[in-house]
Amino acid sequence: MPGTLIYAEVQKGEIKKGAFEITSKAKEFGGEVSVCIIGKGAEALAPQLAKYGADKIYVVDGPEFENYIPETFVQAFAQVAQKVQPSVVLASASAQGKDLMPAVAARLKVGAVSDCVEIKKEGDKVIAKRPIYAGKAYVMIEALGNPQVISVRPNALGIKEVAGAGAVEKVAVSLDASKIKAVAKEVVIAASTEPDQTEAEIIVSGGRGMKGPENFKMIEDLAHLFGPTATTGASRAAVDAGWRDHAYQVGQTGKTVSPNLYIAAGISGAIQHMAGMGTSKVIVAINKDAEAPIFTKADYGVVDDLFNVIPALIEEIKKVKG
Amino acid sequence: MNTIVCLKQVPDTETLIKIAGTTIATEGIKWVINPYDEFAVEEAIRQKEKMNAGAVTIVSLGPDRAIESIRTALAMGADNAIHINDGAYYDKADPFATAAVLAAAIKGLSYDAVFLGKQAVDDDASQVPAMLGELLGIPVVTQVLKFEVAADKSKATVNREIEGGHMVVEVPLPAVFSAQKGLNEPRYASLPGIMKAKKKPVDVKNAAGLGVSSGPMTVIKELSLPPARQAGKIITGDDAKAKAAALAKALHEEVKII
Repeated sequence: MPGTLIYAEVQKGEIKKGAFEITSKAKEFGGEVSVCIIGKGAEALAPQLAKYGADKIYVVDGPEFENYIPETFVQAFAQVAQKVQPSVVLASASAQGKDLMPAVAARLKVGAVSDCVEIKKEGDKVIAKRPIYAGKAYVMIEALGNPQVISVRPNALGIKEVAGAGAVEKVAVSLDASKIKAVAKEVVIAASTEPDQTEAEIIVSGGRGMKGPENFKMIEDLAHLFGPTATTGASRAAVDAGWRDHAYQVGQTGKTVSPNLYIAAGISGAIQHMAGMGTSKVIVAINKDAEAPIFTKADYGVVDDLFNVIPALIEEIKKVKG
Repeated sequence: MNTIVCLKQVPDTETLIKIAGTTIATEGIKWVINPYDEFAVEEAIRQKEKMNAGAVTIVSLGPDRAIESIRTALAMGADNAIHINDGAYYDKADPFATAAVLAAAIKGLSYDAVFLGKQAVDDDASQVPAMLGELLGIPVVTQVLKFEVAADKSKATVNREIEGGHMVVEVPLPAVFSAQKGLNEPRYASLPGIMKAKKKPVDVKNAAGLGVSSGPMTVIKELSLPPARQAGKIITGDDAKAKAAALAKALHEEVKII
C-alpha cells in the first residue's frame, strides 16, 4: 500500500512542530509513513520523528542545505519522492512549506492544495478542507494526480505521540548546480523569541485606537505576561499608519491566525480583520466604542478606554498569577 | 528592463462572501486588482522608470470584467496587456492550470523579470508564483520586500520575508518575483494615465490559442461558510480597573488561560 511522504522543516537547528503534527496525522491514513528531512545538521535531529509515527526517515544533510533556497530543496525533495513513490505528500504550510510544495507539485506535474485545516482519507484519496477569502468561506478540495501534494496550516491538527519504526536512511542527492541560480547572501532574523503569529497560542493585537507606535509597548507587556507562546499583532489600520511592521498584520492582507486567545485592543473589527482571526478559540475585545462591530463576535467585551483597561489588566493578571 | 506582471481580479476585501453552489455569489461584488498584484504592478513600473527603458506587460486570466483591472494597471503606467479570457480556466480557479496558461502566454515574450502578488486574496493558495517559475524554468523568489536590479540587468538583489526576519537573495535574471506587502506604495492612476490607457493594446487570447491543454489539477467538492460567531458577554464594572479585574478573573476561571 503506497504511503505518505512528509517534508520536515528545520529552523534554527530544530525540527518545526508542524512536521510532528502532520507525521502523526499521516499515521491515521495507513500505509508507510516516510519523512524527508533536509538541512545542515538534519541527521542528528532525524530520530526525534519516530516518536510521532515516522516509519522511515530520509535524511538529506550537508552544508549546501544550510539556507533554504527553493531550487536546491526542490531538487532534493523531488529525488526523495521519486525513491519513495508515495501517494500523498504532506508539508506544514509555513512560509517555507508554502514556497516549496507548489514547486514540487509543478515538477511532478500533479495537483497541490495549500494551507489546509483538516485532512481526511476518503477511499484511497485525501480530501482537504481549506479556508478561502482569509476564512470568510471554506472549501473541501481534492488534489488530482499521484502523489497528492498537500500543505497543512501549523497548529490546525495538534500533535499526537504515536510510535513509528523510525528507520533512518541517509540519502545522497545529486544536485544539478546549473539549475541553482539564486544565492542566499544574508539571513537576518530578529533576536525576538516570540512565535510567529500563525503559530502563537495567544495574540494581543492593537489597532487604530492605540493612537501611536509608542503605545504598543503596553500591548507587548501584556503579551509577555502570557509567556513564550504569546506574541503581538496589529490591525491593517495600525500597519498602514506605519506604527507596526506588516509582519504583525492580522487579517485579509496579513496573517490568518487561530490562537487559543486573541485580545483585540482598539480594533473596531472590520470584515478583513475578522476574517483573519475569526477562528480564534476565545476573543476578547477592548474598545471604548460600544458600537464597534468586534463586540458582535467577541466572547468577552470590555467597553472602556484601553489606556485605562490595559495597565489595570496587566496588574490584575500579575495578581492572579501571584 | 522588460517586465511581465501577472494580475488577478478579485473581490474587494470588504466583500461579505455568500455562496451559490460550489462558487461564491458574485452579485454586488466590487472587483479590484488583487492587492498583492498591485505591489507587483507598481514595482514593474518603478523599475521601468528607474532605467528609463523597457516595457511593462500585464498578463491576466479572467472573464470580461477583468478588463477593468487590466485598464487600471495600464493607467498606472503599464504599456500593454494580454487578457486570457477563457472560462474553462478562470472558472476552475486551479493554481496549476492558471500557472500553465500564464506560462504559455509569457514564454514567447522577451522579459527580464516576472512580478506577481505572493497570493491572491480570493483563493489564498499562494501557489502560482512557484509553479510559474517551475514551468518557465527560471528561479523564483517569493515574498519580496525590496527589489534592486544591477545596471546591466544581469541580476537582482532582493530581500524576501522569512519567518521572524528576512533573507537577502541574489538571483540572475530572468526570474519570477512574488510581492509581499511593504515592497512599495502603489500609485493611483492619474487622469491623463486613464485617458492614455484606453488606447494601449490589449491582446485577447484563449488557452487553446496558447497551446495549453492541461486541465485543472484540483477539484472543489464543497463550499461552505464558517459557523457564525455569537456575541459573548460584556464585562461590567464601575470603572476600567473593576472591568480589568473581572476580565482577569474570567480568563483565569472560565478560559483557564492564566
